[in-house]
Amino acid sequence: MVLVTPSPIQPPIPSPAPSLEVSGLAYAYPDGHQALFGVDFSVGRGERVALLGPNGAGKTTLVLHLNGILTGGAGTVTVAGMPVGKRHMAEIRRKVGIVFQDPDDQLFMQTVREDVAFGPAAAGMKGEELERRVRTALGLVGMADFADRPPHHLSFGQRRRVAVATVLAMEPEILVLDEPSSNLDPASRRELADILRSLDVTVLMVTHDLPYALELCPRALILSEGVIAADGPTNDLLGDDGLMRAHRLELPYGFDPRSVPTARTP
Amino acid sequence: MGAGHAHRLYRHAHSPVHALPPHTKLAAAFTFVIVVVSTPREAVWAFAAYAVLLAGVARAAQVPAAFLLKRLLIEIPFVAFAVLMPFVAQGERVEVLGMSLSVNGLWGAWNVLAKGTLGVATSVLLASTTELRELLLGLQRLKLPPLLVQIASFMIRYGDVIADEMRRMRIARESRGFEASGVRHWGVLAKSAGALFIRSYERGERVHLAMMSRGYTGSMPVIDEVTASRAQWSYAFALPVAALAVCLLGWSL
Amino acid sequence: MHVPDGFINAPVSVAAGVVAAGAVAVSLRGARRELDERIAPLAGLVAAFIFAVQMLNFPVAAGTSGHLLGGALAAILVGPYTGVLCVSVVLLMQGILFADGGLTALGVNITVMAVVTTVVAYATFRGLVKVLPKKRRSVTVSAFVAAALSVPAAALAFTLVYSVGGTTDVPIGRVLTAMVGVHVLIGLGEAAITAFTVGAVIAVRPDLVYGARGLTQKLQLRVNGELVDATPEPQPVPPALTPSHRTRNVWLTGLAASLVLAGVVSFYASASPDGLEKVAADKGIDAKVEEHAAAGSPLADYSVEGITDGRLSGGLAGVIGVGATIVAGTGVFWTVRRRRTDEDTPAVTPRASV
Repeated sequence: MVLVTPSPIQPPIPSPAPSLEVSGLAYAYPDGHQALFGVDFSVGRGERVALLGPNGAGKTTLVLHLNGILTGGAGTVTVAGMPVGKRHMAEIRRKVGIVFQDPDDQLFMQTVREDVAFGPAAAGMKGEELERRVRTALGLVGMADFADRPPHHLSFGQRRRVAVATVLAMEPEILVLDEPSSNLDPASRRELADILRSLDVTVLMVTHDLPYALELCPRALILSEGVIAADGPTNDLLGDDGLMRAHRLELPYGFDPRSVPTARTP
Repeated sequence: MGAGHAHRLYRHAHSPVHALPPHTKLAAAFTFVIVVVSTPREAVWAFAAYAVLLAGVARAAQVPAAFLLKRLLIEIPFVAFAVLMPFVAQGERVEVLGMSLSVNGLWGAWNVLAKGTLGVATSVLLASTTELRELLLGLQRLKLPPLLVQIASFMIRYGDVIADEMRRMRIARESRGFEASGVRHWGVLAKSAGALFIRSYERGERVHLAMMSRGYTGSMPVIDEVTASRAQWSYAFALPVAALAVCLLGWSL
Repeated sequence: MHVPDGFINAPVSVAAGVVAAGAVAVSLRGARRELDERIAPLAGLVAAFIFAVQMLNFPVAAGTSGHLLGGALAAILVGPYTGVLCVSVVLLMQGILFADGGLTALGVNITVMAVVTTVVAYATFRGLVKVLPKKRRSVTVSAFVAAALSVPAAALAFTLVYSVGGTTDVPIGRVLTAMVGVHVLIGLGEAAITAFTVGAVIAVRPDLVYGARGLTQKLQLRVNGELVDATPEPQPVPPALTPSHRTRNVWLTGLAASLVLAGVVSFYASASPDGLEKVAADKGIDAKVEEHAAAGSPLADYSVEGITDGRLSGGLAGVIGVGATIVAGTGVFWTVRRRRTDEDTPAVTPRASV
């Protein structure tokens, strides 16, 4: 069941190279379990795209391919025109900023400031320039006042925001968020949405929080059984009951995607 | 919790001792303890002098005596050991209150008590005036292998996270009416320990992924560096140098 | 069991420091081979685990409880090199941050508690796993024996260090008796907990038990609906796994030697007439060691099991403790001064180097 809808929402001026291009990506784990069976999609510069899929659809596996942590299967991943491979690994990891699901995994340094500085410093930045990067990134997520706090003394929502800042500090080409709304209370959820909307960066949001996807992403992809099963405006996909059921995606009780305003094209 | 930016022994204050660069303090503490341990045990007055020196540092560091004394509790097991020494040691014996005690053992007990106490007091002063993160920076600066410092940093960073997981497991056990009361419950507790290990290890793997995603290739980028001026070094080394003078005097007298 | 300052004289402390530094350096290289650049986060997390699990109280009976030392567990779960590193880092941090174990005694503590336990446990474990039938039960049994031996081995090592650099001329035979005797008991507890824990891990993630990697089944790939053997994984296999009669013999000999040694030591321990008295006293000491380990831990805020009942009532007790120290110290001073005599430096007792 493959629904191929030409995406109506393209950036006004098509950029020379899309932020992300995935084609024919297939992968099996060393234990033989095959997770991806030929994934094709591309994300234009400045787009905000949701990647939806039930548990076990291969979402996390896909994410780990985007910056070359997993390689060795078939197919290619290209980031801003640069193929993901051993040759450009450092450059690729700077361009693809992944925010993992558990902020405690992502915030591994002793203070917020050091954590945000880690990426740029690993790329060789230091001194005043590094300091400025850190300040800017923390400012973007509204955490500038917490720079000298140890991560484990922050609330969960604050930690998630700092996790976003650690990635923003690398000024990525594309921001990849793995389940950004999980475990957040409604207020933190709203704050994070506001932050993501305010950023001028390409976003790929991996989630099964459908209202959140609808709120933030004009376009959505459905990953199911290791392939892209649908690609189109989020509103249309969520409104297609048959499609949703076929891929084990369910909207919260009483939620009608037609009744909410569509996310603005960024 | 809520101790802010600190571990349990750390006491926040703005003293000259707090302000010293961490590696000077670490080096000074180590040197001081080595000097203390090298002092002949018969030079009883020397140990009193060391205690006075430490008291001076404590005063400069605004560490209250009660705090310091309370922390010395950690020594108690060795007090017990020391008390035994006069009874079991060999050599010439002396009668005290009808008990036959070994002279050598008495000296040994005194030796362990005095040096052990001074050692603990030194560590407590170091830990109570230096933040965790600073200590790690100091160790790095003192040329401890970087990998070891990294391992220590991760241990400190995730110690709380893992202890918290352990606490949640205990609550989960108790919520289901389990109360460990004897050896027959070890299996259940060990299952928790096993689960805790798996969680820790898997978290380690995820942390590594997160690090790689941000450009980690095996060495930590240098973000902060601590430096010390000559004046700071000499200030920090006032303690061990004074102690060395006492020690040398102790040997020559 | 953390040795404080002043227990071992300065030259031997420094020598032990050199040994410890060497062992840590070797382990750093070895661990890098095992884990390549994953070493820092993985070893760090395992160290945090060891640190946490030392606070997990195992009730024994009537209000007393024991806890894990962790050397054997670390060796079996993550391999000897990483194991040495993890326990060493735990000891280093305990010494610097919590005044647990003297700074000058760091070398002794690392040598005895990180290196000896880990190496003895791992050697025993691998040796047993090799000779026993390839079953999960064998892994638990091997873990039990390995942990049971590792603790008295550490006590033996401590006694050796003490015989060379001890500051008091306590008869080494008695120290050996007491140390090994007590630690045979402690070792049994350690063994039970270690074996249970390894068993729990192997039931869920057998691949994570480093010492038992040879026991996992071969992987298979489904190619066009048929199962084919996967090419062997490039994971580091412990050197002892390569089957060869020579290594097997070496392991068997090592195992036999350690068993004989353990037998001799425990025989000696039980044969000594005044051993029991000391053992009892030392047991008392160890009970207190436990209390301080829990009460003094940085994470005590979390009130890990059973900490509250072990905690002494704060400052008052501290003042009393210190007061007792001073009184005892002065008492010793006066008593001895009454009959000051020339003193020989403590003689090294050669028979301890069994």
